Amino acid sequence: MPSAESSERSPRRHALSPRTLFEKVWDAHLVRPETAETPAVLYVDLHLVHEVTSPQAFSALRERGLRVRRLDRTVATMDHSTPTSAPVDGHYRFGDAQAEAQVAKLRQNCAEFGVELHPLGDPAQGIVHVIGPELGLTQPGMTVVCGDSHTATHGALGALAFGIGTSEVGHVLATQCLLQRRPRTLAVRVEGKLATGVAAKDLILAVIARIGVGGGTGHVIEYLGPAVRALSMEERMTVCNMSIEAGARAGMVAPDDVTFQYLSGRPRAPKGRDWERALAAWRSLPGDEGARHDREVRIDGSALEPMITFGTNPGQAIPVTGRVPDPARSGDPAARAALEAALRYMGLEPGRPILGQKVDVVFIGSCTNGRIEDLRAAAAVMKGRRVKVRSLVVPGSRAVKSQAEAEGLDRVFREAGAEWREPGCSMCIGMNGDQIGRGQYCVATSNRNFEGRQGAGGRTLLASPATAAASAVAGAVADARRVGA
Amino acid sequence: MEPIRVIEGRTVVLPGANIDTDQIIPARFLKVTDKKGLGAALFADWRYEKDGTPRPDFPLNRPEAKGARVLVAGDNFGCGSSREHAPWALVDHGIRAVVSTSIADIFRANALKNGLLPVVIDAGTHQRLLASPGATVRIDLAALTLTLADGTGAPFSIDAFARYCLMNGVDELGFLLSQGEAIDAYEGSR
Repeated sequence: MPSAESSERSPRRHALSPRTLFEKVWDAHLVRPETAETPAVLYVDLHLVHEVTSPQAFSALRERGLRVRRLDRTVATMDHSTPTSAPVDGHYRFGDAQAEAQVAKLRQNCAEFGVELHPLGDPAQGIVHVIGPELGLTQPGMTVVCGDSHTATHGALGALAFGIGTSEVGHVLATQCLLQRRPRTLAVRVEGKLATGVAAKDLILAVIARIGVGGGTGHVIEYLGPAVRALSMEERMTVCNMSIEAGARAGMVAPDDVTFQYLSGRPRAPKGRDWERALAAWRSLPGDEGARHDREVRIDGSALEPMITFGTNPGQAIPVTGRVPDPARSGDPAARAALEAALRYMGLEPGRPILGQKVDVVFIGSCTNGRIEDLRAAAAVMKGRRVKVRSLVVPGSRAVKSQAEAEGLDRVFREAGAEWREPGCSMCIGMNGDQIGRGQYCVATSNRNFEGRQGAGGRTLLASPATAAASAVAGAVADARRVGA
Repeated sequence: MEPIRVIEGRTVVLPGANIDTDQIIPARFLKVTDKKGLGAALFADWRYEKDGTPRPDFPLNRPEAKGARVLVAGDNFGCGSSREHAPWALVDHGIRAVVSTSIADIFRANALKNGLLPVVIDAGTHQRLLASPGATVRIDLAALTLTLADGTGAPFSIDAFARYCLMNGVDELGFLLSQGEAIDAYEGSR
């Protein structure tokens, strides 16, 4: 075994030299710094657990006679395999027996190991990345991990949050630590001000289109600039959520008053003197003057338009007023072949406007866009109108559902003819009974338009809640800025 | 885990870039609570017709792909979800190494924990491998070289610790568990 002590890499910078947000969080969680021979031992403050990526990790603990090291830092919920149809006589109707067994397994594992669980029906149940911030579990400066790539969401609060595999879920359960090499950092600076009708989803789709689906590989993204500062907490979550779609394991936004106001009074946020102490520490987290990222990309936020994807990865996005790109215009043969394959799968014609493309299903929800502000944006478009296609509105958590109902949004959706469903991942991942059919087009507010993501043979167009709602009303891809105009 | 020193075998080629983990194993196969038998679901939506019969033109189904141990794939292989079911399915199918010009971060980390070797090579060698499906290659983890049958080849790099673990059949959890005192000290210092 190589020794962890030997040949420690010289620190990249002097301790007093300016540090980025990422560097501050990283440095504060080093149980052991990395060396040439061994990765860093990185401490995890919050471990979120769900039914899909945890059963084999609990089995590994059981086989080795290990316990969960920090039950106070481990929280589980059910979201991926859970049905979003209302329970009948208190019983949830699962998509199939296997999904039900997986959820039962989580319940059993949490009971056996003593892990806090928010099961189906619990007031705090919901998509793992919706409930973490909502409960105040996710806090600035924390390290947060979960066996799910959209853990990047939590970076919106100034946490270093990233997805891990099931083996690593086991590592964190057993040791509260991970072995990690220090990633590089990429600054995405969004200048200017987003125009009216341009959402956080449009911003992140534009970022991914710009840097590419592999553009952030090996990096943690920090989102900076006035257009990012102006985003609400939930909008920042939408942006950070899709960092992984650019290949970056994590995305971060430095905490500020927006963050602190969001957290204040949340059930698991610090209280009283602890809050004051925490606040002082959180205020020191933003990057120092002069701190440098390994790379930087600048985007003019004022020039952005509502975006929609036309292809089979999240980087294949265009303005909703744009035309489907023509592969013949691509100089690079590999890029041309990829574009041709994507358009073939999607059944889209090069050069045609994407507006007016027929839609079979609309899905509003997911860890990307399943929070209350997203539902308000969708309801504002649907209010007083009727949807022309099957439209699912799926709140990201039970708390979001209750809030939406208190505001009467459920009535807006129902009166428009949309389905108002129970919280969960639903049609984003299509492993819970909510799926689209072969060849069907779905405008979805989720995060992945990969082939078959929403059901084998299904075709996904990613967009914002407003664009999705407008498309539901039109029965075709529509520009929410022009609904009713 | 079995120690790995050399992986030798034929390649199967999937030339597309950005092959995501939803293609490697679609989400509907993630409802399992163990790791066994996932090879049957590997690339399921590309590999089988709607009725479950194998598509003869899909590279993994061609006769020369039988017994292939090395998957050569386009750039940014394994992007998307963190599902470790992806390397589990590849390993269960008999794949021991994935060769590309870049491999997504979470997939690479997951692969290493399952004895699946992620090999990132230069674009020139990659092009040659893409053009010769079924080629026999030898991947030497001690020498850090990938060699083709004609003796030409390319170096590749891999994290020193990951290499140590693979070559000695050590799993990372064992190392982390050996850090108990340091973890105690860290927790005590906060």
